[in-house]
Amino acid sequence: MTPISKTLMVVAALAVAGCSNPDRFGSGSGAGMGAGGSGFGMDGVASDPRSVAYFNQTVGDRVLFAVDQSTLSDTARATLDGQARWLMDNPEYSATIEGHADEQGTREYNLALGARRANAVQEYLVSRGVSSARLRTVSYGKERPIEICSNEACYSQNRRSVTVLAAGAGV
Amino acid sequence: MLRVLTPLLALALGAMLVPAAGLAQGGPLRIEIDEGVIEPLPFAVPDFVAENAAAAEFARNIARVVAADLAGTGLFREIPAEAHLARVTNFASPVQYSDWKAINAQALITGAVSVDGNGRLNVKFRLFDIYSEAPLGDGLQFGGSAANWRRVAHKVADQVYARITGEGGYFDSRVVFVAETGPKNARQKRLAIMDYDGANVQYLTDAASIVLAPRFSPTGDRVLYTSYESGFPRIYVLDLATGGRRGLDDQPGSMTFAPRFAPDGRRVVFSLAQGGNTDLYELDLGSGRRTRLTSAPSIETAPSYSPDGRQIVFESDRSGVPQIYVMPASGGEARRISFGQGRYGTPVWSPRGDYIAFTKQHQGRFHIGVMRTDGSEERLLTASFLDEGPSWAPNGRVIMFTRESAGAEGAPALFSVDITGRNLRRVPVQGSASDPSWSPLLP
Repeated sequence: MTPISKTLMVVAALAVAGCSNPDRFGSGSGAGMGAGGSGFGMDGVASDPRSVAYFNQTVGDRVLFAVDQSTLSDTARATLDGQARWLMDNPEYSATIEGHADEQGTREYNLALGARRANAVQEYLVSRGVSSARLRTVSYGKERPIEICSNEACYSQNRRSVTVLAAGAGV
Repeated sequence: MLRVLTPLLALALGAMLVPAAGLAQGGPLRIEIDEGVIEPLPFAVPDFVAENAAAAEFARNIARVVAADLAGTGLFREIPAEAHLARVTNFASPVQYSDWKAINAQALITGAVSVDGNGRLNVKFRLFDIYSEAPLGDGLQFGGSAANWRRVAHKVADQVYARITGEGGYFDSRVVFVAETGPKNARQKRLAIMDYDGANVQYLTDAASIVLAPRFSPTGDRVLYTSYESGFPRIYVLDLATGGRRGLDDQPGSMTFAPRFAPDGRRVVFSLAQGGNTDLYELDLGSGRRTRLTSAPSIETAPSYSPDGRQIVFESDRSGVPQIYVMPASGGEARRISFGQGRYGTPVWSPRGDYIAFTKQHQGRFHIGVMRTDGSEERLLTASFLDEGPSWAPNGRVIMFTRESAGAEGAPALFSVDITGRNLRRVPVQGSASDPSWSPLLP
């Protein structure tokens, strides 16, 4: 990859992020940057360590939680250590941390549980040196499962936080 | 709008002016809802009499809606028109009780409809107790625009229901809910409103943002709901007459959800999540003043006022799993009222003050249940993969809720059940629907 094409790709990613709907799950927004999507095109390519695609796929944009829990497992901490390093290396990005729950539970409780999970991730990233001014949290409760079956294989993937990058150094 | 006009006193039949409830208690025509009805009461509703040509279609349709309302309660069974021996062609003619007794009708509803030159309906009706060979209550007439003919029918049915059960009616009411489309991992949600029976669906928002859990105001003129239009869950209030809406409590860095009106309509209680912790707050809609009601590291959510506005029932996981608590409306010490096995959530105080409806999760199943306000007499009314979010009918005797089916093709639908656990039925809404909130009885 030449330096020129790399620059172009960063510019493209910034442009896309700049015009996204505030609700990335709203009907007008399409797939967001952190949706674990193609890893191609607007997110750059995963082989570029400064790309959003690299963050989403190689660093890992999400961590998983046990039923009803918001404590971070060792695996989750390792992923978040990587996220923190990446965010420190790429100060032109800010991040929104989404908290999600599986469908077992009431809508209201799951919203509150998702808030707990997103906050646990935020606090960990801050403890690893990321400025809290660059991080925001949002809970989607059980509104946006990534897997749609109704058993533990899917539930375990849905009890997650997702760190969604956006252009801009802070909020 | 509709209004009750003067009773048709003693029209032709010399009906005695006996208060409906008093008469009902003495006679055989009486249904006690709390005892549960095994055998529905048979009734007949012949087509109403069309008093002019323009009324013909309304005369038939109104009788059909009255019949559907009553049969839909599970407390009544319609004797179809094919079985009728008598025909009612004149509203003022005496009723031939023997003709109705012969087909085992216990209640007879007759009516007449006229439409004036301005398109206004006038609907008269009477209710008869066939075995007592007497009218049950006065004849009544209702006026309304022809476009509101279903509401007129619901008002007639409410009168019949109230006279026979002794409970308030609930048919002339509406439901706000969330209309859902699309796959489970990309649901589009819109606020919608409809008549209680699924008729006249109208959308209140577009699908641009996730919307959740609308809640009617005590007078039915406004709706609280949660929307993600800012990118974060925030509570909004929508004025149904004007369509105008405004965000409430717009604090950066926090999320607000689970709003509900106080009985005075001037205050709102809701959940606010900040720094990962969710507590309950009260907002004075007039002054904008916000008061914190709980301050605990646990989750406090799903608050609901008692009808007198003095207490709040809510859900908290301060004990380790979600349970139901009651506290003074101004905050302060809460007492736990749910002690059964499993997890309890979304408590809602009955408009009559006698029960609290809730969602219970136990051994992988969800239930809608009711308990007394001190937590005693817990009774589970439903069981399924996922039932949640009860909302009370205006008379506090029927509950509507969300039932979601399992699996990748799973989808939510609205169901209703009465407080004895009988008459579970799907509310006929086209497409998927969730989060119902029942209005008060319309004026």
